[in-house]
Amino acid sequence: MDILFLWETFLSLITALPLTLQLAASAIVLGAFLALGLALCRLSGILPLDWFARAYIFAFRGTPLLVQIFLIYYGLSQFRGLRQTILWSVLREPYWCAVIALMLNTAAYSSEIIRGGLLSVPFGQVEAARACGMSRFMTFRRITLPLAIRQALPGYSNEMISMVKATSLASIITIMEVTGVAARIISETYRAIEVFIVAGAIYLAINFILTQLVAFAEYRLSPHLRQPAALPTTSTGAA
Amino acid sequence: MTVSTTPAAITVRGLRKSFGPVEVLKGIDMEAREGEVVSILGSSGSGKSTMLRCINMLETPDAGEITVAGEAIKLAPAGAGKSKIADRKQVERIRSELGMVFQSFNLWSHKTVLENVMEAPLHVQKRSRAECLEEAEALLAKVGIADKRNHYPAHLSGGQQQRAAIARALAMRPKVMLFDEPTSALDPELVGEVLRVMRALAEEGRTMLVVTHEMGFARDVSSRVIFLHQGAIEEEGRPQDMFTNARSERFRKFISG
Repeated sequence: MDILFLWETFLSLITALPLTLQLAASAIVLGAFLALGLALCRLSGILPLDWFARAYIFAFRGTPLLVQIFLIYYGLSQFRGLRQTILWSVLREPYWCAVIALMLNTAAYSSEIIRGGLLSVPFGQVEAARACGMSRFMTFRRITLPLAIRQALPGYSNEMISMVKATSLASIITIMEVTGVAARIISETYRAIEVFIVAGAIYLAINFILTQLVAFAEYRLSPHLRQPAALPTTSTGAA
Repeated sequence: MTVSTTPAAITVRGLRKSFGPVEVLKGIDMEAREGEVVSILGSSGSGKSTMLRCINMLETPDAGEITVAGEAIKLAPAGAGKSKIADRKQVERIRSELGMVFQSFNLWSHKTVLENVMEAPLHVQKRSRAECLEEAEALLAKVGIADKRNHYPAHLSGGQQQRAAIARALAMRPKVMLFDEPTSALDPELVGEVLRVMRALAEEGRTMLVVTHEMGFARDVSSRVIFLHQGAIEEEGRPQDMFTNARSERFRKFISG
């Protein structure tokens, strides 16, 4: 093993880390909003919305992400009409094509996770909120969604990890994130094993930190599922 | 009786409700005056819970009129013999004036007892945090669980949860308290602590509608008893008359077990 080469590779790859993180974060955050919308469509009881969401989820879960990236990056530019619209200023950038493809893809998976979370909320607690005079929106915001998120978080962390790894596909459309830079170094040095080991280690490190963050969030959000011994003791002026 | 001269807190006229082909309520007329404690009895399936849930529109009546403190809840025809809520804002406001206590407590599991009690006054009624906190602590002391304020519902016994739920309902300063079988989900040894709280509320002169199987409570605490049978009021009257000298054969059978 050539330690010096590994170190130099690491230094080159780490410069691409911000782009990888940016891709993953944008896709996850934007995708989460879209996913929530899709989950609500599925649960709305309004047939056209339900079927739209079903079809969307079917299409984006059933086709490879790589194909979706190609379709958005190469496919959309075929439409001359589109190139005249304001959308083109976004869609001609490979970065935005990658973000859009990742976002659309993660939304399909996440919406089913969120739907599961929403369905797990005990109806009695929703009813109690209504009985207090809460509007439907307030009930959703203060009771249903917080409970659903707690339920969905473990499953959702899987999807976030998948997304971090999926950013590597963006290298195919010329984006120089970690895998893109790795591929370039390999084409210059022909030392695939060392370079991909370093690249793999970087993804592993990102996902290690991500897992820890989610575990921490889960811990903070679920004091009600732990033993009461962990609770702050009640001291102030018990009547 | 003094209460018979007070204004009506809740009036129900011609209340009908079906679930599919089953007619659960077949035209109920009843009234609860301010300060009255009305116990609603009946075997399971008699429609007593449905009737209570129609009062705050957790179930939408098919027909009939519900009046809370003189204000009729607006319903609109929804076709096929059903009705729907005509004015959601009105219903939300009226709900905030009615305290509901459920059989299965239905405390919000992700909030502490104190947060449960403060939630509606703070966010629905938009009262100040300091005022809500002070009142919530006083209510928790009143129901005897002030020391549990920072606990989560899952860490409380059933009796404590139900007392927390009563405090939560009281925190909205309701005009009427609705109890839907509040002790039916409790272990026998925990029933007493909840009934004691309810008895204290009755003695304060609170208006209460109580769907219950607790004959002792109905006989000793309530000012009036309504006996439902198959979706209709079979008999109603003062508990001292009903429990000693009921006209209805069914009610006599019902109380003798």
